[in-house]
Amino acid sequence: MPVDVIAVLADAADNPAVAAAMAGRADLMAASEANYRAVMTPDDPGGLSGEERRALACRIAMLNGDAPLAKHYVTGLGAAGAALADPEAPSPADTRLAAMLRHVDLVTRHPREATRADIAALTAAGLATADIVRLSQVIAFVNYQLRVITGLRLIGGAA
Amino acid sequence: MSDVVEAFTAETLAWRPYVAPIALETATEAQRAALKETPSNTKVSDYVLVLAHDPQSLGERTPLFNGIMYARGGLARAERELGATVASVLNRCIYCASVHSARYIQLARRPEVIEQVFAGTPETLPARERAIADFSVKLSACPPAAGAAEMQALRDAGLSDAEVLDLVLSVAVFGWANRLMHTLGEPIRPAAG
Repeated sequence: MPVDVIAVLADAADNPAVAAAMAGRADLMAASEANYRAVMTPDDPGGLSGEERRALACRIAMLNGDAPLAKHYVTGLGAAGAALADPEAPSPADTRLAAMLRHVDLVTRHPREATRADIAALTAAGLATADIVRLSQVIAFVNYQLRVITGLRLIGGAA
Repeated sequence: MSDVVEAFTAETLAWRPYVAPIALETATEAQRAALKETPSNTKVSDYVLVLAHDPQSLGERTPLFNGIMYARGGLARAERELGATVASVLNRCIYCASVHSARYIQLARRPEVIEQVFAGTPETLPARERAIADFSVKLSACPPAAGAAEMQALRDAGLSDAEVLDLVLSVAVFGWANRLMHTLGEPIRPAAG
């Protein structure tokens, strides 16, 4: 039985207002979880492993100051994954990983500044086109997910 | 690239990808299923053909996106479009902003609201639109900066919890869409004719 990640992180079980709001859009909440599985544990991960996806998702949560979501994604990560997840850690020596982390940070924090050159940099670092799209979906989805969770916490009375 | 659009507009734009879209002729079964390709061979946009490189994500995302923007009940559709437009302006997705500002104007018949959003002066909006725009800007920030004050402003403007969730979903799904459309391609003037 898959865990409903948004419900857990928005603390719906202990907050009737959150649970009621989610129940009113149960279909969209279920669709959000289906997208979580499609992005984090896809049938065909291509050139972006499940470990890398979780590490990048954790990093995005940390860049957004969302400690509970970061904890969700860091669970089960090995040392290599944990190093990728830490925005304070030095950039990895591996060209491909360094380019991916740079893109994750840019698109998460300053999407408005992204240009054609940023995609060219991923290609130059060896990412195939399909993996650029997969990486973009991981970044974009987690940025969606964390805002849904943030909004639900506000409905539940968070400061 | 003189045809690239650099300013926000509610006019119809086109979009040019930075990476090669998939070719329909060589699409896999999974890609065809995600595209929901019909025998009538309707035109599929380059944007969708780029996302089809990751068919599982594309296939799951389409019904979620449509549900957030068009599901019955809850927040008025125009106000979902307003949240989408404000997020797109903050994230500088000129293409997304053009589509959703035009839909807002079509539904609400209030072009002056969009003019103020594009001009970066949402503080001059009427109270309800101002509360929606302010919340949308702050939820779109990294880290999100929406808090109890912005939530209270929405309640004071008359939004129920169900309506707030619809606004959250529209802003959040544009935090997603903008991070695809603005990073994987650029807005251009449509070809004449």
